[in-house]
Formats: sequence, C-alpha cells, structure tokens
Amino acid sequence: MALLEINSLGKSIGPAEILKGIDLTVEHGEVLGLIGPTGSGKTTLLRLVDLLEEPSTGSILFDGREVSRRPENEKLAARRKMAMVFQKPVMFKASVEENVSFGLKMRGRKGAEGGREEVKEALAAVGLSGYESRDANTLSGGEMQRIALARALVLQPKLLLLDEPTANLDPRSAASIDNLLQSLKRSRTAVIIATHNMHQCRNLADRVAVLQTGRLTAQGKSEEIFSDKTMAQSGRLFSGIRVPW
Amino acid sequence: MEEICYGLLRALELIAARDPQVMEITIRSLFISLSSAFLAGIICIPLGGLIEFRQFWGKSALINLIQTLYSLPTVTVGLLVFLLISRSGLLGGLNLLFSPTGMIFGQAILVSPIMIGLTITALEGVGPQIRDTAKSLGANEKQIIVTVIKEARVAVMAAVLLGFGRALSEVGVAMMIGGNIRGYTRVLTTAIALETSMGNLELSIAMGIILITISLAINILLNRFQRK
Repeated sequence: MALLEINSLGKSIGPAEILKGIDLTVEHGEVLGLIGPTGSGKTTLLRLVDLLEEPSTGSILFDGREVSRRPENEKLAARRKMAMVFQKPVMFKASVEENVSFGLKMRGRKGAEGGREEVKEALAAVGLSGYESRDANTLSGGEMQRIALARALVLQPKLLLLDEPTANLDPRSAASIDNLLQSLKRSRTAVIIATHNMHQCRNLADRVAVLQTGRLTAQGKSEEIFSDKTMAQSGRLFSGIRVPW
Repeated sequence: MEEICYGLLRALELIAARDPQVMEITIRSLFISLSSAFLAGIICIPLGGLIEFRQFWGKSALINLIQTLYSLPTVTVGLLVFLLISRSGLLGGLNLLFSPTGMIFGQAILVSPIMIGLTITALEGVGPQIRDTAKSLGANEKQIIVTVIKEARVAVMAAVLLGFGRALSEVGVAMMIGGNIRGYTRVLTTAIALETSMGNLELSIAMGIILITISLAINILLNRFQRK
C-alpha cells in the first residue's frame, strides 16, 4: 500500500484553476522529485498534501486513509506524521533549540523531555552543532533553511515535503543540504521535493513528476524522465525550466 | 511667573522630601491604573485573539467600531459606568460607586477598546507564514493561537502599556466613579484638578511632575518594546 495516494486532485481559487486532475502516489521511503516552472502549482500541491489547504476536487489518501476532507482532529493526526520545509522558512522569535523542538512540544513533549538529545542530533545532521542557544532570527538565510530542515527531521516524519529547499542558498550550503537529503534515502522517510534544480532532482529522486500549468504532464522513474530520449519527447514540458544538459 | 517658580521649587522639595500626601496619592494612582490595565489585559488580549482568529459576519465593522472607541471621551465612560453601578443601576448591588474597585472597573472599560484594537493589530502583524509553520509542525488550533500571541508579545505588551498610560492620565472616570475622596479614591489627576482650583499650586505641580515622569517612563518602555 502506497504511503500517499492522490486521486484527481484539483484546486481552484475563484475562477483560477491552480491544479487539475492530479494523480500521484508515493511509496514508503521513496523520494519523488516534483519539477515544473514557477507558477506551475508545485507549492500548492505540497500545501494540499500537508493539509494546509482544502482541495476543490479529488482526494488524498495518507497511510491508507482519506485525510483531505476529514474533521480537523483527524487532519492534525495525519499532519503530525508529515513535516514540511517551506521555500522561505520563518523562524519563531526564540532560540534555535526552541525552534527545532517546537514540533516535539506540540506533540506533548515538555521540559527536559522536550527532546534535547534529538535536537542536538538534528542540528548535527544539518551541520549546525552548538547553535542551540543562538537567536534563530539572527541567522543567515542558509542557516535558517538548515534549521527549518532540522525542525522537520527531528519529528521523524513518514513523509517529508520540501519546497525548493536549496533555492535561496549559496552553492556550499546547497551541497550540504543535498548530502543530508542523500543520507535520508537510507531511512524509511518518504520525500517529495519540489525543485527547479535538475541536478538535485536527478541525484536525489527515485521518481520524477513534471507539473506544468497545474497539470501533471509526465511522471516516471528518474532515469526514464531524465534520459535523452524522454527529454527529447517531452522537451516542451520543460519549457521554462533551465535544463543543464 | 514668580508664583509658578515658587510653586515649582516647592514641588521639587515635596518630591525630594517624599511628602506623605503626594506619595500616598501616587501609590494609589499606580495601584488603580495598574489593576485596571491588568484586568483589561486578561480580558482584552484573549478577546482580541478571538476576533482576529475567528471569521464571522460583521467582523470588519466590529473592528472599525473598536477603533472608533479609542478616542471615547472619559466622561462618557464615566457616565455609563456611573449609571451601571449607581444604586438603581444594573450592578448597583455591588456597591462599587465611589470606591477604588469601581474606578478600576471604569478605567478597565475605558482602556478596553485600545487594548482589543491594538491586540488585533499586533496579531495581524505576525503574518500567515508563522501560522502555517506552526500548523505544519503539528500545532493544534489552540497551540497556533498561543504561538501567534507569543510571536506578537512585544506589540501586545505595548498595547497593555498604552492602556495603562491612558488609565493613569484620565480624569473623567476617576472623578465621576471615585468621587475624589481624600485618602480613599483621590488619585494624581483628580488631586491636581482639586489642588489647582484651591490655589495649592506647589502640590499640583509636584503631582504633575510625577505624572509626567511616569508617562515618560511608559513611553521609554514602549519605545524599547517597539524597537525589539
């Protein structure tokens, strides 16, 4: 049984159709690369999966249960098995440690049991050991992105949603995030990574889905999608995306 | 001019000597205004949160009304509270008229629109990204509200301070509800009005200086909060 199953998913805001007829599955431990030009609906799709927004049509099955049209308490239970890193993450006005342990506290972990060790491990994983007591809002953009990733990883989610995780980073920070995501492939965490970065997608993703003007125009194994033949066939699908080969 | 200079010197002497009458009135003023700000704060901050976080019909009209009430004349509030707590009023049985408790109640009503309105503005300023982040990290509705209020704590604190400042400097409610009873409900503003009318300028100036000093301290605190 797939971890995530999306059927005929659509999202409209007023007359504008943001997403239409999306069918997609993600298996346990799988990394799905979601590529498409700006405005194609990648972020909206991730927000729908994270149950931050209601779909206009279709359904989302997570862990075998329909979750998109359930009462808020059921959505919350599903959301607590996922974690999302936004393209431009915001930090709470608090220390790095409080930021990273936020999700654990929301799940009822308090005081000394608030996951101090897990926070340390998560910070070490993103290369920011020793940052615990620093004010999160004084960090650089790259450091904030890594803190946001640590904040998600510490929750050990079944599904990790990453929205352009390296878009605003310098090459060195981006490489360290890529290395971290590579190491995630050895875990049971499934990942959907929305990205413009073809190299990143090719290196990380087991499967790739191409989104264009709100429609899924191609999906398949990474090597298939990125093979020259497929690229030639679906070249127009990538219009608007800088393909580096 | 000579009289004013003499009054100023005498006022400084009274403050330096910690004149018992001046100190007693100052302490009562601070107690009543702090209590009313605290009372209004514990009611108005959650109420502001409720208005900000809930969607309901007439919400923007309600916010407009609250903002209009910022400049509510203090004597109008005094009159309303007077009618409410006078013997034949709805709360007449509580014997609040001409008591410090009645003054706290009246001043809390006076500063409520400011506190609710500024709390709403403070929470609006937090932005949807914080709510989304908290929600995405597994916060339930109540935890999201607490998170947003914590994020806006500096601006919310400024709202409480501003409310305290308005309560401390108003005279209408203090005079009409408190009655300016010596040793019981006399506060800085009502004492200044009385002593001036009686020609005791040095006492009026002394209390005026204290009132301005407290207002200055509140403003310095406010500026510090707003810079954070």
